[in-house]
Amino acid sequence: MMIQQLSRRDFLTALGVGVGGLTLTTNMAFVNAKKPQASGVFAPNLYVSIAPTGWVTVVVHRSEMGQGIRTSIAMLVAEELNADWAKVVVRQAPGDAAFGDQNTDGSRSIRRFYGPLRMAGATAREMLISAAAKKWKVARKRCVAKKHEVVDAVTGKTLGFGELAPLAAKLKVPKSEAVELKPRSAFQIIGKSKPLIDGADIVRGAAQFGADIRLSGMLVAVIERPPAVGDEIVSIDDSATLASSGVVKVVQLPSKNLPTGFAPLGGVAVIAKNTWAALRGRKVLKISWKPSEHRSYNSRDYRRQLEVSAAAPGEVARDQGDVTKALAKAKTIVRADYYVPHLAQAPMEPPVALAWVQGNRCEVWASVQTPQAAREEVAQALAIPLANVTINVTLLGGGFGRKSKPDFVTEAALLSRSVGAPVRVQWTRTDDLRHSFFHTVSAQHVEGGLDEHGRVVAWHHRTAFPTIGGTFNAKARSPGASELGMGLTDLPFAIDNIRVEGCDASPHVRIGWMRSVANIYHGFAVGSFVDELAAAAKRDPKKMWLELCSQISPLEMSKLGIARPWNYGEKDANHPIDPRRLSTVIERVCERASWNKLRAQGRAVGLAAHRSFASYVATVIEVSREPRPRLLAAHSVIDAGQIVSHDRVLAQLEGAITFGLSIAVHGEISIASGQVEQSNFHDYPMMRMNEVPAVIDVDIVDSSRLPGGVGEPGVPPVTAAYANAIFNATGKRFRSLPIGPQLVNRLANAQRARK
Amino acid sequence: MKLNINGKSVDIDADESMPLLWALRDIIGLTGTKYGCGMAQCGACVVHADGAAIRSCVTPLKAVKDRMITTIEGLSPTGEHPVQKAWREHNVPQCGYCQSGQIMSAVALLAKHPHPTDEQIDRSMAGNICRCGTYQRIRTAIHDAAGQNSGRDSRKIK
Repeated sequence: MMIQQLSRRDFLTALGVGVGGLTLTTNMAFVNAKKPQASGVFAPNLYVSIAPTGWVTVVVHRSEMGQGIRTSIAMLVAEELNADWAKVVVRQAPGDAAFGDQNTDGSRSIRRFYGPLRMAGATAREMLISAAAKKWKVARKRCVAKKHEVVDAVTGKTLGFGELAPLAAKLKVPKSEAVELKPRSAFQIIGKSKPLIDGADIVRGAAQFGADIRLSGMLVAVIERPPAVGDEIVSIDDSATLASSGVVKVVQLPSKNLPTGFAPLGGVAVIAKNTWAALRGRKVLKISWKPSEHRSYNSRDYRRQLEVSAAAPGEVARDQGDVTKALAKAKTIVRADYYVPHLAQAPMEPPVALAWVQGNRCEVWASVQTPQAAREEVAQALAIPLANVTINVTLLGGGFGRKSKPDFVTEAALLSRSVGAPVRVQWTRTDDLRHSFFHTVSAQHVEGGLDEHGRVVAWHHRTAFPTIGGTFNAKARSPGASELGMGLTDLPFAIDNIRVEGCDASPHVRIGWMRSVANIYHGFAVGSFVDELAAAAKRDPKKMWLELCSQISPLEMSKLGIARPWNYGEKDANHPIDPRRLSTVIERVCERASWNKLRAQGRAVGLAAHRSFASYVATVIEVSREPRPRLLAAHSVIDAGQIVSHDRVLAQLEGAITFGLSIAVHGEISIASGQVEQSNFHDYPMMRMNEVPAVIDVDIVDSSRLPGGVGEPGVPPVTAAYANAIFNATGKRFRSLPIGPQLVNRLANAQRARK
Repeated sequence: MKLNINGKSVDIDADESMPLLWALRDIIGLTGTKYGCGMAQCGACVVHADGAAIRSCVTPLKAVKDRMITTIEGLSPTGEHPVQKAWREHNVPQCGYCQSGQIMSAVALLAKHPHPTDEQIDRSMAGNICRCGTYQRIRTAIHDAAGQNSGRDSRKIK
C-alpha cells in the first residue's frame, strides 16, 4: 500500500500513531531523574529531549544487538527534527511500559515505531518553531527548522535549538493531528546512511556489554544447571568448592521442569570474587541428580517420531481447492521429507546479567531483548513490587532470540538476594549451548503435483515440530498459528490446490525462538521443494519461481482457507501477501548473480525466495563443482518497504547470509539421554572468515511502502538456496540439515568405494 | 605479581594460573577484551604479547609475566589506529562484541604482512568468529588499513 495514497489520518494510523495523540506524558520521571537537573530542558515526550546546551538526546527503547537500531532510531528523530547529526546523542531506555513495546524480536522496531518516532521528532520540531515565532513575535509560517536552528525566512534571524529549548519547554505539546511529518522527497537522512552511533566506542573496546558493568563489592556466579531439563538435586558435596580460593558461597536453586516459561532451570550456583574463581569452584563441585523423564529423550530417535507425525494427517491450517483430487490427476507427483535439527542461537556474548538486590529493591544491568519481561520476572521471583525493579539495558553482544528469555536475569536477582551483594551471573559457552531455549526440531512432508506442461497444480504440506507454546503451556502440542504463518499459511504461490496441515509433537528441551523462527525450517522446505518440482519438470528454477509468483495482485487472505490467520501482527490491508514483490526480488537477484549466464556456463547456482516479517527476500548462492563444493558467491535482494538506514539494511542482509549458511552447512544441536551433546565451537561450528563466499553481494529495493522487517527476513531463503546449489553441483538432494557433514561423509564413502 | 599492560606496569594480586582474560577484565578492569568460548575457539579474547596475537582465555598469567601485553584499549590513545579508522569508515561492526578480537588479530596480521593477500587474511582471521557476519567488511577494512585499493567494495560511511 503506497503511503502517498492514504489519507493523512489513515497514514498516521497505519504508521501506528494513535489518532488521539501520543500518550507518553505519564512517566516523565525517567527523563528527569538521571540527568543533572538542568532547568530549561525541553522534553515534549519520552523519546526526545533538548538541553539548553543544544545537545539532542534521543531515547532508544529497543535493544541494540547489532541490527543498528540505536543508529536508526536516532536517524528517524534527527530527520524530523532537522537536527545536526553531530549534536545528537543516544540514551538507552530502561525497561518500562511507559516507552511502549520493548520486546526487541520479530523484526518489529521500525515497522512499529517508524511513525511514532518520526512524530516524536516532528512534534519537538514544531514546538521549537512555535517558540521561535513567539520570541520574534512573527507568524509561524515564515519560520523553518534547519540544521539545529530555527530560521525566520524573512529576516534571516536564527535561534539555535539550545536557546529555544527553555522557551519550547513552556509550550503545550500539540496533538499529532496538528503536526506535519516531512514528505519523503525532503528526506536527508532516512533512507541514507550514518556512521554507527556506537562505532567509536566499539573499536576502542569502550562499548559496554552485559559483563562490562562493574560495581564495588560485586561477586560473580556460574551455575551448574540440571543436565536434562527437570533433573532435581538429590545431594551435593560442595566441600572442595568452598575450599577453593575466592569462592564465597554455594547456593542451590530450585529445578524447573517443562513448561518452564521464563523461569530459570535451577541448579547449583558457585558465587565467588571473580569469574575465574567461580569457574574453578564449579569444576570441583559434586552433584548427584535425580533424572527427570526427559532423560529418555534422544534426538536421533525423536526424528523418526516427528517423521511419523508428519506422515499422517494433521490439523488443517490452510485449504484451497482440492489437493487430494488434484494430486490424483497430476501427471507427475514429487514427494519429499525435510528435517531440520535443534539449533542454538549462540550469540558471541553468552547470556550474562548483573543484579543488585537491596532490601525490597533490585537494580539490574543486563543484555536483554525484553527488559519489561525481565522486570516482571524479577519482581515475581523476588516477590517485590514492579516499581522497585530497575532493568538497565546494555549493548547486547548478539541476541538472535536467546536474550528475549530473561531467565538469566532472574538467576542474578535470586543470587544477589541470597548473598547480599551485587552478583553477575556469567553463562559459559558450554552453558549457552547446553541450556538454551533451542530453536525447535522439525520434520515436514511435502507432496506436489505437476501437470503435463510442468506447472504446479497441487501443493500438500505437513509440518511437525514441538511448538514454542509448549515452553509456556503443558497442553500445547500443536503448531501455533504464528509458527504456521511463518512460511506455510502465507505461501504466496499461484497454485489452485494448496493444503497445509500442522502435526503434533511434544517438547523435551526448552524451545524458544531463533532469528526468523519457523521460517528457518519452512523456508528450507518450501525453497527446496520448488527446486525439486523444477527439476522434475526439467525447467529452469527461476522460471518456476516466477511462474509460482505470477499472481498480479496481492492474495485475498479470506479466500485462502486459513483456519487461524496470522500476519506478523499486521493488518492484511497494510501488509498483504504480495507475490509481485517476491517476483521482483527474484528477478533482481538473478540479474545481479548473472543467473542465466552462469547456468549457460554450467556453473552450480541455487535460488530461493521467501516472504517473512512483511518483507521479501531472494537469494542466489553459487558453489564450485567439486566433490566437496566450496562457496563461491552469495547474492541477496530485499524489499522491506521504506527503510531507515541503508547501510544497516545492507549489513543485516550480509549478516543473514552468513547466519543462514551456518545453519545450512554446520549447525546441529543433538541430544542423547536428555543432554545436549555439543559443548563449544569445536563441535557446534560456525561459518568462519575462510569459509564464507568471497563474493557477498546484497541490494535493497527502493520503496516507499510501509516498513517491513529487516533483522530476520534475510535468513530463511539461504538454506534452500544453498541446498539447491549443492544439488546443482553434485546431483544429490540433501533434505536434512546440516549439509556439511553429509557432504564430508559422501566424499569419504566415495573415496572408500574407489579403494 | 607485576604485569606490563599497555605500556604500564600493573601490580595485581592473582593466582598465576588465572587466564590473562580474567585478570584483565575482573582484576585490572580493562573490559574491552571479551569472553566468547574459554577454549581458544572464537578469538574474542585476542590480545598481543610482544606484538603477537595470543588467546588470553587460555594463557595463564605466569606465561605473560615478562611480556608486553597490548589490549584493544592500548592500540591508540585516541582510537585512531589505522585499523580502527578503517573499521569505522566501513561501519564494520554490528553487535560489536567480537570486534576487539578481530581488530587485535588484524593488527597482528598487518604487522607480519603489511600488504596481505586474501589467503593470508583468511588464515590469520579464521580463528575469529563473527556471529553477526561482518566478515567481508572486515576483509575490506583490512585491505583499506593496508593501503591497498583492492577495487572491492569501497563503500565508506561519512
